[in-house]
Amino acid sequence: MSVEVAETHEHYHDPHLQHQFQDMDQQNESYVVGMWTFLVTEIMFFGALFLAYTIYRRENPAVFFEVHHHLDVFKGATNTMVLLTSSLTMAMAVYYAQMKHRQKQMIFLGITILFSFCFLIIKGFEWKQKFDEHHVPGPSFSYTLEVPEGAHGVAAKIPPVTPRSAADMRVEFPKDTVVLDYSSKAQLFFALYFAMTGLHAFHVVIGILVMGTLFFMLMFKHPSVDYYMPVEMAGLYWHFVDIVWIFLFPLYYLIPGP
Amino acid sequence: MSAAALPPTGIPASTGAQEPNYLNWSYTVKDWLLTIDHKRIAVLYLVSISIMFLLGGFAAMVLRLELTSPHGQLLTSEVYNKMFTMHGVLMVFFFLVPSIPATLGNFVIPLMIGAKDLAFPRLNLLSWYLYTIGGLLALTAMVTGGVDTGWTFYTPYSSVYSNSNVSLTVIGIFIAGFSSILTGINFIVTIHKMRAPGLTWFRLPLFIWAHYATSVIIVLGTPVVAITLALVVAERMLHLGIFNPALGGDPILFQHMFWFYSHPAVYIMILPSLGIVSEIIACFSRKRIFGYSFVAFSSIAIAVFGFLVWGHHMFVTGQSMYTSMVFSALSFIVAVPSAIKVFNWMATIYKGQVWFAAPMLYAMGFIGLFTVGGLTGLYLASLAMDVHLNMTYFVVAHFHFVMVGGATLGYLGGLHFWWPKITGRMYPEGWAKLAAGISFIGFNLTFLPQFVVGYLGMPRRYHYYPAEFQVWHVMSSAGASVLAIGYGIPVIYFLWSLKYGAKAGNNPWGAVGLEWTTTSPPPMENFHEIPVVTWEAYAYEDESEEQAQKDREDMPGAGAAVRQEAARDTEEGHPQGHPAAE
Repeated sequence: MSVEVAETHEHYHDPHLQHQFQDMDQQNESYVVGMWTFLVTEIMFFGALFLAYTIYRRENPAVFFEVHHHLDVFKGATNTMVLLTSSLTMAMAVYYAQMKHRQKQMIFLGITILFSFCFLIIKGFEWKQKFDEHHVPGPSFSYTLEVPEGAHGVAAKIPPVTPRSAADMRVEFPKDTVVLDYSSKAQLFFALYFAMTGLHAFHVVIGILVMGTLFFMLMFKHPSVDYYMPVEMAGLYWHFVDIVWIFLFPLYYLIPGP
Repeated sequence: MSAAALPPTGIPASTGAQEPNYLNWSYTVKDWLLTIDHKRIAVLYLVSISIMFLLGGFAAMVLRLELTSPHGQLLTSEVYNKMFTMHGVLMVFFFLVPSIPATLGNFVIPLMIGAKDLAFPRLNLLSWYLYTIGGLLALTAMVTGGVDTGWTFYTPYSSVYSNSNVSLTVIGIFIAGFSSILTGINFIVTIHKMRAPGLTWFRLPLFIWAHYATSVIIVLGTPVVAITLALVVAERMLHLGIFNPALGGDPILFQHMFWFYSHPAVYIMILPSLGIVSEIIACFSRKRIFGYSFVAFSSIAIAVFGFLVWGHHMFVTGQSMYTSMVFSALSFIVAVPSAIKVFNWMATIYKGQVWFAAPMLYAMGFIGLFTVGGLTGLYLASLAMDVHLNMTYFVVAHFHFVMVGGATLGYLGGLHFWWPKITGRMYPEGWAKLAAGISFIGFNLTFLPQFVVGYLGMPRRYHYYPAEFQVWHVMSSAGASVLAIGYGIPVIYFLWSLKYGAKAGNNPWGAVGLEWTTTSPPPMENFHEIPVVTWEAYAYEDESEEQAQKDREDMPGAGAAVRQEAARDTEEGHPQGHPAAE
């Protein structure tokens, strides 16, 4: 609609039009391009960690497989469901923002915020478990390898000799054999786990702050949220946070055997 | 807002004064610190970046003073390490990376594309605050004990062994990184969405292309170094040993991730300079740039290939020989777009009507030094050669040729070029030429000896060295003092010109960019009426004889540049055209 207004050069001014833009079309497109560019930086931000994960898992497939059994798949799967559903409710909020339906916007934003808290609470229980089990990297970290009777068979293959050189390692041991210090690699797994899920949880917190601000702005009928763009932008961000989790969940909780 | 259309060029110098512009509409501190005007933010950046440059330069002077003696009589080794780290961190993260984009880019990009402001003005202000906070944190870290890791923060030294203020410095850099990410996003959106009607991509000035490429690198690279440095802090504070072998990690991964940003970062530093030089060369040769689209795409090519060469910093780290060969080959390829630019500038100057004003002198100095810096880069990209030269002063000399001889000369050239637009005043041309000459001589005297001493085997970051190297170091230190004078003079006359400089007029250089069609200094929203562009960039040869004649008459700044010592006070003095016009 605003396009036609701009093209007919009428002196109509949308109250949401910022001074630097010519018309609402230009403004909306700028916001969308800007947000997507920001999401690109976010992808690169997480991307570095995903790279580290990929390299280390490729180097230590057996250890990563063993250690990942200590993650709680049930809680992880529940969290995946929670986040996916919150993405749906966020999409609903965006839809009602475009429809200019304040009440329903607030309802769906509120539900999304509740789901985000739910995610963080489940995450908190998971992390607490790690603290209890001394699986948090740091001086108190300890990892004892339980060799279940022939269950996985990888750890059992650890040979009693220490290789003298890299050449030794290459010749004498099967590729998936663990010869380095098992505990340090397990610690590395948890370091990556905490770095990545921690950064993701931090993004969830930011999302809660953004959505909470929007919620209160809607509640107090702030004029800025008559305009659907803020909610739409928050929606894009939230879907990104969701997608990151969709990658994190299988990479950490569902590692296949080497 | 006045509806009066502006004539395309040349309002006489005397009329600009009373009009409200971005500088004189308000003088309160609040209106400066809370401004969302890109021009004021650019000035804020200019001030803060200059302070960082002076501090980084101070550290460099201390280093050079120390190195005049082979036995290091001035500093202890520990302080020496902290000094070169301070120099590197301040110059790289707080001067070179933001220098041109955040000051000149911020100021000129909206003017060049006929926009009222950047797409996200508040984000722009936020970026300055983040820069300032980051800078203050880094300075706090340096004042309260310093950092001794070198600006590269290699693990495991930075994460395990160093007892200096690594975490605080790194947090400062991390925050400053977000300031440059915000600038990058802002530029990308602005260039995509805010161009004036008719300003198609291939009518854009090359400065814009260069900044577009720079912004792409910033957006893709900076987050990676941010998370990498954050992991160093995480290891120091939270024991996450992703780069620590004792905790299962791998220090080489740090180098990969660090250089994945930090090699493209040198293109963040140099690309805007390349853009400035394209502007200056075209303007002061009075010719359209030769091979416009090649120069434009070479910027994009540098941005793309720049991301594929980081491994050439790691030839001697135990990286696979085959990996090294690929990185070496790609490093040679990245020289091609750089060379395209240099050749095209030469072709532009060829048979141009060259006007040796100060910006042109800086630009020509840039071409020479950038060429030397680039070609010695090829020595370092050669595998066998690099084994000998790696971690020596040859590397130091190489990247200073590109960073100081290239990026900084380009920055100064651009500052002189747009100074009349930024302040409405001309700088003193004679002094500016002198400063350009002194910088060029001082620069060469500083860094040419370092090639020799590096080739002879002087390692970088050492302050004890064999006595036979002393003569080279003394030459270098002497050159550094000359260089300091070359940088000091502009600081003085720029400040002087704010009050006493001749009125510049709208278009002192008779240039054709959109930024020259508005008043100097520009009004609050840049243009009284958004321009409609129907011409190519650098349409110097398209102007009709009549228009050219009119330009010459209306070129008060050109006159001002020449005549200001003789007849500064008289407004009647006939403006002289530049030499080529006579």
